[in-house]
Amino acid sequence: MDARPSSDQRDLTNVAERLATRLGPTAVGDLDDAERNLRLDSAVAQAGWRELRAGSKHEPLASGVEAVIVARALAHHACDTAYLGPLLAHDLLRRVGYEGPDLMATVVVDSSLRHMALATGDSVVDRGLAIDAACARVGMVVCHSYTALSLGVVALGEMTSGVDLTRPVVNVMPGASVLPVVGTGAFDADALESWTALAVTLTAADLVGAMQGATELATAYAKQRRQYGAAIGSYQAVQHLLAEAATLIEGAASAVNYAGWAVDALPGVDARSAAAVAKAYASRAALVVCETSIQVHGGIGNTWECMAHVFLRRALLSTELFGGAGPHMALLAQQRWGANHGLS
Amino acid sequence: MDFHDSPEEAAFRKRIRGWLADGGDTIKRSHTDDSYWTSLGDWHRRLYDAGFFALTWPAQYGGRELSPVCEVIVDEELALAGAPPKPSLGYLIQGISHHGSQATKERFLPGLINGTERWCQGFSEPDAGSDLASLRTTAVRDGDEYIVSGHKIWTSYSDVADWCIVLARTDPDVAKHRGISAFAVSMHQSGIQQRPLKMINGITTEFGQVEFDGARVPADNMIGAPGEGWALAMTIVSHEREPAELGFFARYAKTVRELEAIAGANPAAVSAEVEERLAWAYVQSEMLRLHTARRLSERIGGVTHGPDGSIDKLLMTWVEQSVGHAALAFGSSQAMAGVSEELLDTYLYSRSQSVMGGTSQIQKNIIATRILGLPIK
Repeated sequence: MDARPSSDQRDLTNVAERLATRLGPTAVGDLDDAERNLRLDSAVAQAGWRELRAGSKHEPLASGVEAVIVARALAHHACDTAYLGPLLAHDLLRRVGYEGPDLMATVVVDSSLRHMALATGDSVVDRGLAIDAACARVGMVVCHSYTALSLGVVALGEMTSGVDLTRPVVNVMPGASVLPVVGTGAFDADALESWTALAVTLTAADLVGAMQGATELATAYAKQRRQYGAAIGSYQAVQHLLAEAATLIEGAASAVNYAGWAVDALPGVDARSAAAVAKAYASRAALVVCETSIQVHGGIGNTWECMAHVFLRRALLSTELFGGAGPHMALLAQQRWGANHGLS
Repeated sequence: MDFHDSPEEAAFRKRIRGWLADGGDTIKRSHTDDSYWTSLGDWHRRLYDAGFFALTWPAQYGGRELSPVCEVIVDEELALAGAPPKPSLGYLIQGISHHGSQATKERFLPGLINGTERWCQGFSEPDAGSDLASLRTTAVRDGDEYIVSGHKIWTSYSDVADWCIVLARTDPDVAKHRGISAFAVSMHQSGIQQRPLKMINGITTEFGQVEFDGARVPADNMIGAPGEGWALAMTIVSHEREPAELGFFARYAKTVRELEAIAGANPAAVSAEVEERLAWAYVQSEMLRLHTARRLSERIGGVTHGPDGSIDKLLMTWVEQSVGHAALAFGSSQAMAGVSEELLDTYLYSRSQSVMGGTSQIQKNIIATRILGLPIK
């Protein structure tokens, strides 16, 4: 056992952090800077991070640990670029043995935001949401027949910014027509389980990054903002809020690192449990930490211009995506002692 | 990053699992029972004799020189078997090895490690809790000895200890942090009286208070140099703050497993609210297991120890208190009806975790100023 990142993994962290620091927004106004956004987008495309989970059926190009590292760094600097959606689409296509041209796909979740959107026959069942839609042409859905699961795509319409100002979404309407992904076979429930573990883990990694960003923002502010003749960060009431935030980040990071490793190293059902622990912990932590950032900023933290709400909004979406603390604790309760409350 | 056991680690895990299955664990009592605490000395010796304690310490002092991550394996297997955690002595061992002379280490480390000599820690005083440096116990030189006078409190295992590591003021004329020295004082002498402290869950055998009234200690038993007591105390308390050092994760996981067994016997009888508390306690204890694995792995590369222990201590406190709340959710009606107070006692005991070894508020001060770099007022 060695829970430390390898030297390659440490290098990846440094590269991702550098890129995200350089090109991510540092003020709310930067979100409207199309030129910066384009540079960020092409740098992420060039780095190949959206394809980290492409590869062959049984071997992705990079492990869940690398995927976690990039997710965390991008969220840390509120990067307004697509990552999770295309990465998850590539991972699905890999699992079904797709070898065709790049579909420029993201994934579509159903209206609960907790599961992949389903299609029967040739149309989408329920209202859905294509996430991370910025660079996507199509959204991927799971086609359900009596015999097997397979993949399909829907064309994507107009983007809307939604809750998260950094990752636009596209609404997918019930009845939207679905084309099967040509050249793919059926895949089994275990593959879907393992893919879900990856999806859940990466949203948890995103939460860790958002928490870091929110806490660094508030810590810097607390050092500079003065009241009663001293920096507010010198008062214990403020110090203790930030200390709690810093502590929650470390706890969440420990759980998320393990979940990232578990995606490829453990059977689907165990990877899913590890992901559930990480997501439950990170979801509860992220709400506290992002709210703390707003509180430490005082009045200014409640204004549109303060970056604190950008991190909170990102955390709100990442919490709901593939389920937050409630559904994951219900899953663990069911797995561990056969509980039957609250399960959907 | 690889959480799988290496072949050596797998063999080690198999060995401790086999030992536990063969009855290596015979302490089935809850930590809310007095007899649990009195039997821990025996548990220490059996664990040591079987090769499952002092894993990372030099063989010269009785250690096993194994990888730090073996500690995680021990904790996991103890939790799985429902056994008590390993003795929480690692931080005393750290303190003596960092500050003691070669002679001190050779004299005291083997007995401390193998459990033939039991130790307690005489740091806190009635008027020196969080503000430890204002302690008033004195040690006055008298020939080849020092004479110790003062009052120590919150002294775990003072009732059974052979030795006490005492912080005492040896120089009243310098700044308060600099006039303190540390001694290994024999508990077997007439100048020492100890009384138990009864805690809110009724336990009387964990904590005591100790009166030193003319107790004598050879000058050679000073650990470190005169005035080095504060530095030694900081070494000890910072290590005392790490879950890795304490092995408490095993105790939390054990309680969670017990509660899961109660819930699993009749899942339909568990309300959604109680279920949520238990699931959260599980999430918390898993987080601590993984966090401990991370911290112990960092030691493979010899990462120097810093203020991060305060983060670990705060995480551990939140875990213990979440587990305490789950125990309360399952045990309060039984306790109210007078059937059994065991789970209630687990809850009551959990309240001390945010005080012992430095309060949560002190940990937050340290995190804020030494990790986040916030200004000190």
